[in-house]
Amino acid sequence: MSQMPFYVSPEQLMKDRADFARKGIARGRSVIVLTCAAGIAFIAENHSRTLHKVSEIYDRIGFAAVGKYNEFENLRVAGVRYADLRGYSYDRSDVTARGLANAYAQTLGTVFTQESKPYEVEIVVAEVGADPEGDQIYRLTYDGSVADERGCVAMGGAAEAIEEGLSAAWSPSTSLAAAIQLAVGLLGKDRSGAGADRDLGADQLEVALLDRSRPRRTFRRISGPALTRLLGGETASEDGSPRDDEAGAHPGDSPRQAASNPQTQRPHGED
Amino acid sequence: MTAAADGGRLPAAYLAAGSSSFTEFLLDHAPGVLPSGRRLPAGASIEAPHGTTIVTLTYAGGVLIAGDRRATMGNLIANREMEKVFAADEFSAVGIAGTAGLAIELVRLFQVELEHYEKIEGTLMSLEGKANRLASMIRGNLGMAMQGLSVVPLFAGFDLEAQRGRIFSYDVTGGCYEEHDHHSVGSGSLFARGALKKLYRRESAPEVALRVAVEALWDAADDDSATGGPDVGRRIWPTVALIDADGVRFATDEQVAAVVEALIADRRGNPGGVP
Repeated sequence: MSQMPFYVSPEQLMKDRADFARKGIARGRSVIVLTCAAGIAFIAENHSRTLHKVSEIYDRIGFAAVGKYNEFENLRVAGVRYADLRGYSYDRSDVTARGLANAYAQTLGTVFTQESKPYEVEIVVAEVGADPEGDQIYRLTYDGSVADERGCVAMGGAAEAIEEGLSAAWSPSTSLAAAIQLAVGLLGKDRSGAGADRDLGADQLEVALLDRSRPRRTFRRISGPALTRLLGGETASEDGSPRDDEAGAHPGDSPRQAASNPQTQRPHGED
Repeated sequence: MTAAADGGRLPAAYLAAGSSSFTEFLLDHAPGVLPSGRRLPAGASIEAPHGTTIVTLTYAGGVLIAGDRRATMGNLIANREMEKVFAADEFSAVGIAGTAGLAIELVRLFQVELEHYEKIEGTLMSLEGKANRLASMIRGNLGMAMQGLSVVPLFAGFDLEAQRGRIFSYDVTGGCYEEHDHHSVGSGSLFARGALKKLYRRESAPEVALRVAVEALWDAADDDSATGGPDVGRRIWPTVALIDADGVRFATDEQVAAVVEALIADRRGNPGGVP
């Protein structure tokens, strides 16, 4: 074993750690989170069907991450536990993205300074509101810093270039189909200048939506034929709301509505 | 309670690799909020509202579960519009008889348990899995049950594998038994079961099953003082959940009211309801 150096300046130590984490994150494929008329859309290039980069945390809260899978999966599970315990002890409406983002920030910050290796992850916690102005998107980096983003975020390898493209073309009233097409175009763009732009198909993408119009659990994945249809430029389809039966496991409106108290699970008649 | 411990950072238990069960997580991290963590002083017993009759039966392509609305405390009516049938998740529902306060808490925990598993695993739990989770929760309540605060649920769900509705009943010790065709629990269950036995037809339409369920609850209320019949004056109708391949839905008040009014018309001067 070589000897440990006697002194490393704190600046150097932090810089080394930050460089290490940044390198790890930059290797991954990018994820885009953006507000649109239908809700908050998550679009990731992900060739796996089962190892998700985007997931549900709670009724109105979604999670997206890039970097090392085992590390962000760990954070995701912690977030689900945090949200479920909070919702169970208080009420479903008391679970907020802001609270979760704070808990994540503290955790990432402590790991960054105290553990032998920082987490090589970057995550987004998003909460859908009643309208695009009410949406909250928090971006958290490996060192625990939090940014409250307006409208759209990109993380991962080509994040900066993608964000430039997003800020040029995005507006809060974008339809779901247009938002997905914009994001997919930016994800597939060739940055090296050597090859042609890639055309990403439905099986190379992971897309999910926090749907403004749904009661209670708003998160749904969009895949298969529904996604192909949205990618195909069918902007006319009323803001793209693909029917639930195409989107997956949630046919019809959930019978469990706003509150967590079983006594108030359904709206009563005027009797 | 949640993130207070380590200066706002998520406690280590949250980040630990572990099971996808919410109850097991609570057992390690916050046992105080679990119903099974509580004990009454030895020998004590208290009087608390009790829920009464739940009936369930299968129909073509699904299963129906219904409950009356009354909760009683001794000879008093504690609540005349209590809901006792709840959607547990997208494809299952649970009806409860026994101590109402404990039962409703148990249902809340059960709902979170199923949703938690679904989010962590990214897939729905199998119907047997759900039935077994509920059984272990009932078992956790055994101590309270021995002091008179028992909870006896009835669980009905649509099995996405087998593509049919299935029914599970429980005893106070957490025994879980699959029932075929129909079942009933609670104080009026004796009479409801008799009615179900005579009226039940396999593979009937949902509307027919709805009528049979309301008839069974009516017969239970007829002979059991703790079961509430439909309250025509106050417009309080039984809770009816129908579960099929599309998920859980509750029969609307109008639908149930129409069935009840037809039933009353048929039984006028003919209390047994037999033509």
